[in-house]
Amino acid sequence: MALKFRGVDYLEFDSLLSDDERLVRDTARRFIEDNLIPIIEQCNREGRFPRELVKPMADLGFFGASLHGYGCAGMSNVEYGLVTQELERGDSGVRSFVSVQSALVMYPIFAFGSKEQKQTWLPAMQKGEKLGCFGLTEPDFGSNPGGMRTRARKSGKEYVLNGEKMWITSGSIADVAVIWAKVEDEGNKIRGFLVESDRPGFRAEDIHGKWSLRASVTSSLSLQDVHIPEANLLPGSGGLGSPLKCLNQARYGIAWGAIGAAMACYDCALQYSIFRKQFHDAPIASRQLVQEKLAWMISEITKAQLLVLQVGRLKDNEKVGPQHISMAKRNNVWMALECARMARDILGANGVADEYPIMRHMMNLESVKTYEGTHDIHTLIIGQSITGIDAF
Amino acid sequence: MKILVCMKQVPQKDAPLKLNEAGTWIREDVSYEVNEPDAFALEEALRQKEKHGGEVVAITAGPARSQQVLREALAKGADRAIHLEDAGFVGLDALNVARALAAAIKDEQFDLIFTGLQSDDQGYAQTGVVLAELLGWPHATIIMQIERTGDGIRVKRELEAGFFQFVDMPLPAVLTIQSGINKLRYATLIGIKQAKNKPMRKVTMAEVQPALGPNLQKVERLHVPQKTRNTEFLEGAPAEIAKKLVDKLRNEARVL
Ligand SMILES: Cc1cc2nc3c(=O)[nH]c(=O)nc-3n(C[C@H](O)[C@H](O)[C@H](O)COP(=O)(O)OP(=O)(O)OC[C@H]3O[C@@H](n4cnc5c(N)ncnc54)[C@H](O)[C@@H]3O)c2cc1C
Repeated sequence: MALKFRGVDYLEFDSLLSDDERLVRDTARRFIEDNLIPIIEQCNREGRFPRELVKPMADLGFFGASLHGYGCAGMSNVEYGLVTQELERGDSGVRSFVSVQSALVMYPIFAFGSKEQKQTWLPAMQKGEKLGCFGLTEPDFGSNPGGMRTRARKSGKEYVLNGEKMWITSGSIADVAVIWAKVEDEGNKIRGFLVESDRPGFRAEDIHGKWSLRASVTSSLSLQDVHIPEANLLPGSGGLGSPLKCLNQARYGIAWGAIGAAMACYDCALQYSIFRKQFHDAPIASRQLVQEKLAWMISEITKAQLLVLQVGRLKDNEKVGPQHISMAKRNNVWMALECARMARDILGANGVADEYPIMRHMMNLESVKTYEGTHDIHTLIIGQSITGIDAF
Repeated sequence: MKILVCMKQVPQKDAPLKLNEAGTWIREDVSYEVNEPDAFALEEALRQKEKHGGEVVAITAGPARSQQVLREALAKGADRAIHLEDAGFVGLDALNVARALAAAIKDEQFDLIFTGLQSDDQGYAQTGVVLAELLGWPHATIIMQIERTGDGIRVKRELEAGFFQFVDMPLPAVLTIQSGINKLRYATLIGIKQAKNKPMRKVTMAEVQPALGPNLQKVERLHVPQKTRNTEFLEGAPAEIAKKLVDKLRNEARVL
């Protein structure tokens, strides 16, 4: 039985939003309800990315929504966050796709790219005509990307790239990959390169058997003597700080997105607990143990909303630090995963079937907890910011 | 064609409603949305504009919060908006709302005025019809389709029991639009941004007050229906039970 999502607002959170922010949220919510909810369980079963939604999402302006110019919507950070919340209320995999396209590919082109690179890629990516992926993680370097082995060597007017990237969202459907590599001729400085996926020597292979983000494509990339023109170097990139800046954009969106997944689980569990009867013909919602779970969820969701809104407002005022975003990502994904587990419990056996969205969200959130800096890595970022001592 | 679309902000469909202290209306602290048939009226106006050119103007009468429906209309493609802004508009009857709207547009020349068929909250289905009368224009209700014919229009009306009526009408005219006659577009994020720069004319209560009269209709008191539940066993031969059941479903439950 499909339960219709009713939104979650315990503390008049909406009164903290402007008319436009609510309109953006409501628009995204309606779009997801109409277009993603009806197909997502099947996509998840089949491990299929709903590519048919790329164009409609582009038409609404979901890609690069917070960038200015090049056809992008120029949304505020709070508005952009509300969009990712609604996307992830639908599915973390689809939200991941949008995050990668927007924050991990369009953003670095926007922030570090040349005029030509921006002209070539941003309008086409905004329209969804071109898709991108972000290659930082390697088989042997996840939390510690600074150790990466991928190398770029200057050769005349070209760079030659060699290396392996792993766990790359949208890898095999991308037209262009932002590849992070150490440049041998520049003392192994990490720089970003735009690598078109049809370059000889570039191969993307999907990772199968994932029990998480099944509606999103995840691939491994191999680059063997891939020649690219020197104009494909992102000129403004330099050092590990560059990819981390991109991750900051994406992590911020994830902190909102996780609330969406938590809302979906909570609202489903709340509705279920009121109609499901056990013992004395009474709804399970009449039991203290069940109420405790619901009360925990609504409290944590509400706190998470306030946390991420404040981070968003700071970001809109250009006052946010990476440690603030780490706090929001770490807390909100953790609380979403806890909500998913509690909600699953409340649904009993029904909680494990895909007639309800909970198990899918739970499995998705396991990836969300790990990527873009694991929960524990964000603990270390916060720890470093308050003690001044690096504990990595 | 220059089209005015009258739009109302109403409580969200599934929102739990609480009565105000006097019991005369609901409390303000609910979520609001665009009245559903009005959203279809706007969509139809935007489609007419796409076909024939012209201008789409959205108008609403309501407190500050109701500006949201105009923002949404502008974001979806309306060219400008008119907001009769005052909390007092909430308590007006349909006649006075129509008078206020007519007064607010007295210096404009529209070819068509659309309203929704009725509002989801009060459900009078009167405002559009009365507005037409005040303007001295022809009107048609429950419109499903609009086509231009030379210098007039041909509209399709929904009647009872699956019947339709086609009516040829001159312009200008007022049409009240049925829900579900087209597919609603989404506001795009760019549209929402651009809406900020579109003109929104504010009209105060004082400006339209001379046109208004006393409310002829007033809500005395709202009552929450009492939930009652009782089980009744029908007795007799199967055919007899079936007959009784049909009778009950038709005349008591009114679902047949
Ligand atoms: C579905 C999916 C999609 C992804 N998409 C992308 C993508 O598009 N692009 C991309 O570049 N990457 C992507 N990733 C990779 C992701 O960013 C990494 O998985 C993540 O950074 C963690 O790296 P790892 O998996 O190698 O884990 P590891 O770094 O090996 O960590 C394993 C465990 O050790 C802990 N740990 C590591 N170091 C420390 C330390 N110093 N102190 C304490 N604990 C520590 C971690 O917290 C974790 O619990 C994706 C991953 C997944 C699952």
